[in-house]
Amino acid sequence: MTATLLFVQTLNGLQFGLILFLIAAGLTLVFGVMDFINLAHGVQYMVGAYLVAAFSVWTGSFGWALLLALPSALGFGLLLEVLVFRHLYDRDHLDQVLATFGVILFLNQAVKFVWGAAPLSVPVPDLLSGSVEIASGLLYPVYRLAIIAAGLIVAALLYVLVNHTRIGMLVRAGASNAAMVSALGVNIQRLFMIVFGFGAMLAGFAGAMVAPILSVEPGMGDNILILAFVVIVIGGIGSIRGAFLAALLIGLVDTVGRSFAPNLLRLFLDPAAASQTGRAIAPMLIYIFMAAVLFFRPSGLFPVKR
Amino acid sequence: MTELADTASAPAPSLSTRFEVVPIVLFAAFAAAPLFATYSGAEGYVLSLLTRVMIFGIAAMALDLILGYGALVSFGHAAFLGIGGYAVGILATHGIEDALIQIPVALVASALFALVTGAISLRTKGVYFIMITLAFGQMLYFLATSLAAYGGDDGMTLSSRSLVAGSRILKSDFAFYWMCLICLLGAYAFSRSVVASRFGRVLRGTRENAIRMEAIGFQPFRFQLAAYVISGMMAGLAGCLLANQAEFVSPAFMTWQRSGELIFMVVLGGLGSLHGAIIGAAAFLLLEEFLPEILHGVSFFLAEETRAHLAENWKMVFGPLLILIVLFVRGGIMGLLRRPRHG
Repeated sequence: MTATLLFVQTLNGLQFGLILFLIAAGLTLVFGVMDFINLAHGVQYMVGAYLVAAFSVWTGSFGWALLLALPSALGFGLLLEVLVFRHLYDRDHLDQVLATFGVILFLNQAVKFVWGAAPLSVPVPDLLSGSVEIASGLLYPVYRLAIIAAGLIVAALLYVLVNHTRIGMLVRAGASNAAMVSALGVNIQRLFMIVFGFGAMLAGFAGAMVAPILSVEPGMGDNILILAFVVIVIGGIGSIRGAFLAALLIGLVDTVGRSFAPNLLRLFLDPAAASQTGRAIAPMLIYIFMAAVLFFRPSGLFPVKR
Repeated sequence: MTELADTASAPAPSLSTRFEVVPIVLFAAFAAAPLFATYSGAEGYVLSLLTRVMIFGIAAMALDLILGYGALVSFGHAAFLGIGGYAVGILATHGIEDALIQIPVALVASALFALVTGAISLRTKGVYFIMITLAFGQMLYFLATSLAAYGGDDGMTLSSRSLVAGSRILKSDFAFYWMCLICLLGAYAFSRSVVASRFGRVLRGTRENAIRMEAIGFQPFRFQLAAYVISGMMAGLAGCLLANQAEFVSPAFMTWQRSGELIFMVVLGGLGSLHGAIIGAAAFLLLEEFLPEILHGVSFFLAEETRAHLAENWKMVFGPLLILIVLFVRGGIMGLLRRPRHG
């Protein structure tokens, strides 16, 4: 029983980790290439979820909604870049934190204004509803498997894009030394815009994918944003590979920790105390993990060499 | 805050004296406010709002000490508000209701937390420092949500305000107001002396250039850690007062958004002037309180329904306002006061 539970929780952790990766990938690139702290990245995830909710009501199909939501999320990201973020690149980190904090306040309220404060729900697409038996007597929802598959495909595409294309090369070069790339004649402003829009689209995609399994509500991006920051800090800012590994680690540590911390503690403590402290420790685990990583490696697991 | 507007327009004899006029007027305004509160007809409301302003003033000033003078962007300072609040709440549930015990306990707990987390956080620089302080803040937040015995997610209501040496003097809003004002004054005087001391100068030196400070024989780490601990203790004190003001403690004291608000208060007021942080806290809280009504008033030319809608969604104005201030008002409110006027 525990083995199957562990297996299911590992799958859940993997799914959560991949969603985190989709968000963290954009964040780490924006951060690495532009040296820009974008607290508003979380609301782009929220906007993705809302867009898919709105479009699926309009078109009646999740697939079409997703297809429409992606370019809209991209456009929205570019709009924010032109209106606000572009003016902040050469400011110090403190100003960036504050201004993007303002964007969060605005968009959380704007979403409430447009769609109301009540959570929306998006139906799971018919094609992906139901469950499959992945081991004897063990059912697992198809949609969650689809999220895992989609996450892995996007990760693979990103890998190819970053490591084997010209634009990826520029992005990597930008992460090591943006000034030098600019000096070599690359239009850094345009590169920034591409990276930014792409990151926004990835976050929007993550939001769209989780919309059917989570409730779509204002402020849903706030907590996941913090987790995405934890991921990119552990992974090393600017490193996609680091973000991928750290996202999976965080997803697993959090999901598995929450279900097994009480059980593990039962080895040392009496059951009541174990369940009490287990529940206390579980949500803190990832932060403890992050503090430990930064203690031993103050610039993350895979620091980008400058 | 009409008093503040007066300072700005008052003819100042010279630049150097004008700097000191601001804190004097500020504290005089706080001291005079209870008198006006009595005549305003909504005494309880005015007093509790201003008490909150002072408490957040202490917390923002604490942050200014490390942010403005040490360039340490702590994104987890709300944790100390929580430590102070929970020290009061937890001790009160165990029957220890005297502030003379609660406050020292809160200060010691804040100092210990600051010492441990500071020692780890200060190993990192820049963005990593922002993120690791955030991580510690989140850790404490989740710890608080899991404290089932002390209310968990919902927090806990205090049965009454703290006692002072066994007397229920703080029950009166006026007495509590004065206590907060005394704490604010004390914290301000203390911070001033810290900043003016040799310690403060070294701290400012590390802000400008840590490597150079090291080269002339100071260890930046020690000074930064000491400043972090002092700042944490001051914010812990603010937490004690906040719990007493609300007569309620909950994990919401230490959300990361609260930490963000504290940073915003400091920057809004103007970094590195201490009283600027108090003014920033006042401006933030008053704006938050009155923006809905201001919006309602300003939009008189619109239909009543739209006006109500606008007032309800005041945060949609608040956010962009925040961005505009960051983009265009360098040096915050203190910067505006300091700026030489054009003939």
